[in-house]
Amino acid sequence: MAARHAGVAQGLGRRRRRADRIIRALCVLATLVACGFLVSILGLLFYRGFGALNANIFLEVTKPPGSHGGLLNAIVGSIIQTTIGTAIGTPIGLLVGTYLAEYAQGSRLGGMVRFVSDILLSAPSILIGLFVYSALVVPFGGFSGWAGCVALAIIVIPIVVRTTEDMLALLPNTLREAVIALGAPKWKMVVLVCWRAAASGILTGVLLAIARVAGETAPLLFTSLGNNGWSVDLSKPFPSLPLTIYAYAGSPYQDWIDLAWAGALLITLGVLGLNILARGVLRKKA
Amino acid sequence: MSQAPAATAATTALPAHRGSGSTADLVFEHACRAAGVLVLVLLGAIIVSLFIGGWQAFARFGAGFVTSVEWDPVQEVFGAGVSIYGTVLTAVLALLIAVPVAFGIAFYLTELAPEWLRRPVGTAIELLAAVPSIIYGMWGFFVIAPLMADPVQPFIIDTIGELPVVGALFQGPPFGTGLATAALILAIMVLPFIAAVMRDVFLTVPPVYKESAYGLGCTTWEVMKGVVLPYTRASVVGGIMLGLGRALGETMAVTFVIGNANRISTSLFGPGNTIASLVALEFGESELGSLKLSALLALGFILFVISFIVLATSRFLLRSRLKA
Amino acid sequence: MNGTMTEQTSPTPGSPPQGSFGGLAARSAAAVNPTARISIRNLEFFYGSNRALKGINIDYPERQVTGMIGPSGCGKSTLLRVLNRMYSLYPGQRATGEVMMDGRNIVAPEVDLNDLRSKVGMVFQKPTPFPMTIHENIAFGVRLHEKLNKAQMDERVEWALTRAALWGEVKDRLHGSAMGLSGGQQQRLCIARTIAVRPEVILFDEPTSALDPISTLKIEELIDELKQDFTIAIVTHNMQQAARCADQVAFFYLGELIEVAPAAELFTAPRQQKTQEYITGRFG
Repeated sequence: MAARHAGVAQGLGRRRRRADRIIRALCVLATLVACGFLVSILGLLFYRGFGALNANIFLEVTKPPGSHGGLLNAIVGSIIQTTIGTAIGTPIGLLVGTYLAEYAQGSRLGGMVRFVSDILLSAPSILIGLFVYSALVVPFGGFSGWAGCVALAIIVIPIVVRTTEDMLALLPNTLREAVIALGAPKWKMVVLVCWRAAASGILTGVLLAIARVAGETAPLLFTSLGNNGWSVDLSKPFPSLPLTIYAYAGSPYQDWIDLAWAGALLITLGVLGLNILARGVLRKKA
Repeated sequence: MSQAPAATAATTALPAHRGSGSTADLVFEHACRAAGVLVLVLLGAIIVSLFIGGWQAFARFGAGFVTSVEWDPVQEVFGAGVSIYGTVLTAVLALLIAVPVAFGIAFYLTELAPEWLRRPVGTAIELLAAVPSIIYGMWGFFVIAPLMADPVQPFIIDTIGELPVVGALFQGPPFGTGLATAALILAIMVLPFIAAVMRDVFLTVPPVYKESAYGLGCTTWEVMKGVVLPYTRASVVGGIMLGLGRALGETMAVTFVIGNANRISTSLFGPGNTIASLVALEFGESELGSLKLSALLALGFILFVISFIVLATSRFLLRSRLKA
Repeated sequence: MNGTMTEQTSPTPGSPPQGSFGGLAARSAAAVNPTARISIRNLEFFYGSNRALKGINIDYPERQVTGMIGPSGCGKSTLLRVLNRMYSLYPGQRATGEVMMDGRNIVAPEVDLNDLRSKVGMVFQKPTPFPMTIHENIAFGVRLHEKLNKAQMDERVEWALTRAALWGEVKDRLHGSAMGLSGGQQQRLCIARTIAVRPEVILFDEPTSALDPISTLKIEELIDELKQDFTIAIVTHNMQQAARCADQVAFFYLGELIEVAPAAELFTAPRQQKTQEYITGRFG
């Protein structure tokens, strides 16, 4: 009897260990596959885009097919719109995050703001484009760079809100009390000490927000529209790199397709670089 | 934030500096609150503007707009049926693919990977989430779609496609693009989001629970199945819903690979569209004030409602994690 | 954080009424200390509807150290946080009664809190350096209340750091980050920051509980030094510390002041049974 029990237990143990090994192997495989996707994407971008990179891209504006155009206007347009969108969205997000962490404890309004901000964080960006189209493009007579900036700002806000609130929440409460105990008004406590103590975390959020909006295409389709010429007038249709890539990648002209790949390589390197930089900022603090 | 003890309604202590006459304090607090209210107004404005924009279409087609599968710009007949079908189908298929893989990654990163490997691998997965949507579109179109056209789809059509009943889902010409390819790209895109949530919630399980299970002789997988997963179930589902919310509204990548046809095909290899891809493609050809533009805004409204419900559910399920 | 949370525990229901102790304590306090810097009469404190302090009567004599002891949750930290109105940060916390200082009741709603806190400084359990340079840490508090030019400010910073026995250790790195200091140095920096504002009263909330023995000794010496100029109240879990530092010691239990007496007297010949039990280690 005892021997048979031992045999059963041994068989069961073998089966359990085998199941464990198989699952472990599948997990390793899943991770390898996911990393493989990243390698494949980067590999493709380098393969198709690196050869197409040349000085012309940074010196010439977009031109009709066959006339050796570049991406200068698209790159400059992207930088301008990303900068302005971030510049509008960051202060608002910072204030909202501060409200949630420092003023809204337990209040109904605070709970609603947090909920709505988290919804906006994951809401489809194309809908933000549609909204800005209805709210700004139609009433103010046409597509414009400003409308694009506003759409990007709306995407920036919830990202900055989330990191600001999280980072402020990590501060020990005695730090706040220590400032108050010196006789400081609360706003000085927040601005001079709390923001400063959370600065690297908040900066991380801003960098991630920049990375996110720099690659956004959908919300710009209906707002800044794109512009094939040189333009720094934000009240007119405005060029941007993702829009140009979108337009060129689907075109039948080989030189445009090459430009799209070069642009895709540039924007991906920029976005991933910003992400790595953001992580570095946070780690240096920690 | 736990510094404020539960305040009972009866007590009305004066806020800290009200009596000190510091107007700067009041100004700052109100500025913060106003910014918070702005976020609420923003969401309200998005809903209202989409609804008003879509009103013409809703009024014209009534509730039938949601179910009608016709989309004929020439006859000015518009229905959302096909794109809602495509949106939901691709998103759900994407989750079926993404969830097991994301779970594997999260399991690997929290329990299996050697310490020195966790950070670089974790960063790689997070970078996968940072790649812009349009890049996924190009990658999908130039790498995945050709692979699907040959050898993946012909192989499946010849094998599973021959089976009764389920075979119908895997028939037709191997275009490469189509609903299945879109679902695959979406799966890869939402994968890192789901994996990140799962990893974070797995790390919240108190080690003592796991240790007591190991103490009973459980294998790593049995500890995951018997302790970690039950402990984090609600949050894991919340993470999956978050992925679903992202998949529903994804635009650029889908536009590249879904084939963009406004019909419901029985085969997963057939072309289709989603709300987001239809809006992105047709928007440029709609005139201001036209019924078509209104129909597109109405589609946007429907997408917003669906996303809102999914994301709100996700947040509800994740709230315990957020508090922790 | 911990401090506030533990102090919120409500008194055990059904504990015997001990109101008579309060009156006794008040009489003895008045007898011991004729020149009170702060004098408290009939103070009650509430966390929401929980009464955390009951009928407190105590005087804090000028330029002396008052030690406050008692088991966790006895209300000693709560009382400390009344003296600079720290509790006003949190809705739902309130105090009634009289806390007289300079002829004003500081728990009255119309009190200017920033002004009060410039007169009543506080040093916390854990060091709380601000994320800025050592110099800026000290200057931060001063700037809130005074307009000084650069030379005056430098002078004030040096004065405060000298009084806090830190000047020699940091004078060469005033513009380095305060986060780089050791725990004991950080705590002395916080003391320097507090005295730089030139308060009249300094509150210490278990100032050495996060420090090693040598740093603890330095802080205790410092407190002894500082009482020449400041009225000091110190909450401590450590009875030896109270015996070493304090001129008078107050013992709290379940939100009541059981006994207050000169330190030597309270530790050698306590008048109350409860005090006797506590100082001989039978509970707490």
